[in-house]
Amino acid sequence: MEPVKIKEGVYWVGAVDWGLRNFHGYSTSRGSTYNAYLIIDEKITLIDTVKERFFDEMTERISKIIDPSKIDIIVSQHVEMDHSGSLPRLMELCPGAEIYASPNGVRGLKAHYRKAWPFKEAKGGDTLSMGERSLRFLLTPMVHWPDNMVSFCPEEKILFSNDSFGQHIASSERFDDSYPFDTVMEEAAKYYANIVLPYSPQVRKELEAASGLDVAVIAPSHGLVFRSKVKNIIGAYQEWAGNKTKKKAVIVYDTMWKSTEKMAVSLASAFESKAYGFKMMSLGENHISDIMTEFLDAEILCVGSPTLNNNMLPTTASFLTYLKGLSPGGRKALAFGSYGWGGQSVSLMEKELEAAGLSLMEGFKVNYVPDEAQLKNIKEDLEKRI
Amino acid sequence: MKKYRCTICGYIYDPAQGDPDGGIEPGTAFDAIPDDWVCPVCGVSKDMFEEVEE
Ligand SMILES: [Fe+2]
Ligand SMILES: [Fe+2]
Ligand SMILES: [Fe+2]
Repeated sequence: MEPVKIKEGVYWVGAVDWGLRNFHGYSTSRGSTYNAYLIIDEKITLIDTVKERFFDEMTERISKIIDPSKIDIIVSQHVEMDHSGSLPRLMELCPGAEIYASPNGVRGLKAHYRKAWPFKEAKGGDTLSMGERSLRFLLTPMVHWPDNMVSFCPEEKILFSNDSFGQHIASSERFDDSYPFDTVMEEAAKYYANIVLPYSPQVRKELEAASGLDVAVIAPSHGLVFRSKVKNIIGAYQEWAGNKTKKKAVIVYDTMWKSTEKMAVSLASAFESKAYGFKMMSLGENHISDIMTEFLDAEILCVGSPTLNNNMLPTTASFLTYLKGLSPGGRKALAFGSYGWGGQSVSLMEKELEAAGLSLMEGFKVNYVPDEAQLKNIKEDLEKRI
Repeated sequence: MKKYRCTICGYIYDPAQGDPDGGIEPGTAFDAIPDDWVCPVCGVSKDMFEEVEE
């Protein structure tokens, strides 16, 4: 296990989680990395750690550069345990190290580990000198926990951005220019849609603060380090945080005997004839975290479920709960579904879509199996409204 | 009227602006906000707010 040099005296000493496939319900089909960074200066500084299980991998990489007991400062930018989880074992190796974290971070770390470590509160705008280099702390509350902060090293022009700009990709490569860049951006979008999306107003503040910095390298806590395409990832974050959408619809549905699916096809044909981009995503085949990624830049969301036992299908309910936590609002939504009797699914879905901050378009209900005329009506009715 | 800060995320409630998305009209004093109101940024309840010293 080798460290990877980012700049002279600055190393990646993280861990690669090749097998990770489920991060709290987010399907991480490419695995992930937990990125920790070591800075060799008068004061030896470690920025973030790794998941507890990967402690040995991190310390092996550190040991190729220095004895880990020589670490003077640990900057813990985020309490979540994929980044702080190795602190307890690390603090046994370097008990004198000072832990810098935001005020919320110090509180959160104490509530996680119940240890009286030498904590130092990092306030927004504070500068910490490591010797020849320094770190300037910017607090970024709610991107995506209250404790989040990022650190900028002006001498090396590196922004250590923690979860911001992250991507869940396990790889032997460390840099944006040595990995297929489309994949990097696809995973960055998925990460934004599934982790960061509800906090776009806070991201806008973070981007504003970062725009005053001369950033040549962005070193996030997951995935690849940006050094060649910093502008691309900043530009993408500006669009996502700006809640920019395009003429695109996502049609999400589940079906029992294909009636709701037939309705989904009618909706799709309306979008097609109106030159909308659209994506059909059956809940049977698509993971809800992939659906969120498609929703990121979509103007219209259509959600379909038949009525089952006076309710919507549990798959649809699960998706809508997930959506409600993440949705940035400011977009349109339409519910549709078939029913035998009762027919409650559409109004139940509409309630959830409204609670997600989406503005409702009139939906569609069909009794039992839609015939050709009904399907044609759905298509033509929707065409008139888009 | 006094401003209040969310101790979790730092959001500032400004009575002059209220929180229209959360159903709080501009001009509403912090004390007059219903108890079930939550921080529009991080979702914590009203008791997690502190007065901003000016
Ligand atoms: Fe996190
Ligand atoms: Fe993370
Ligand atoms: Fe808050």
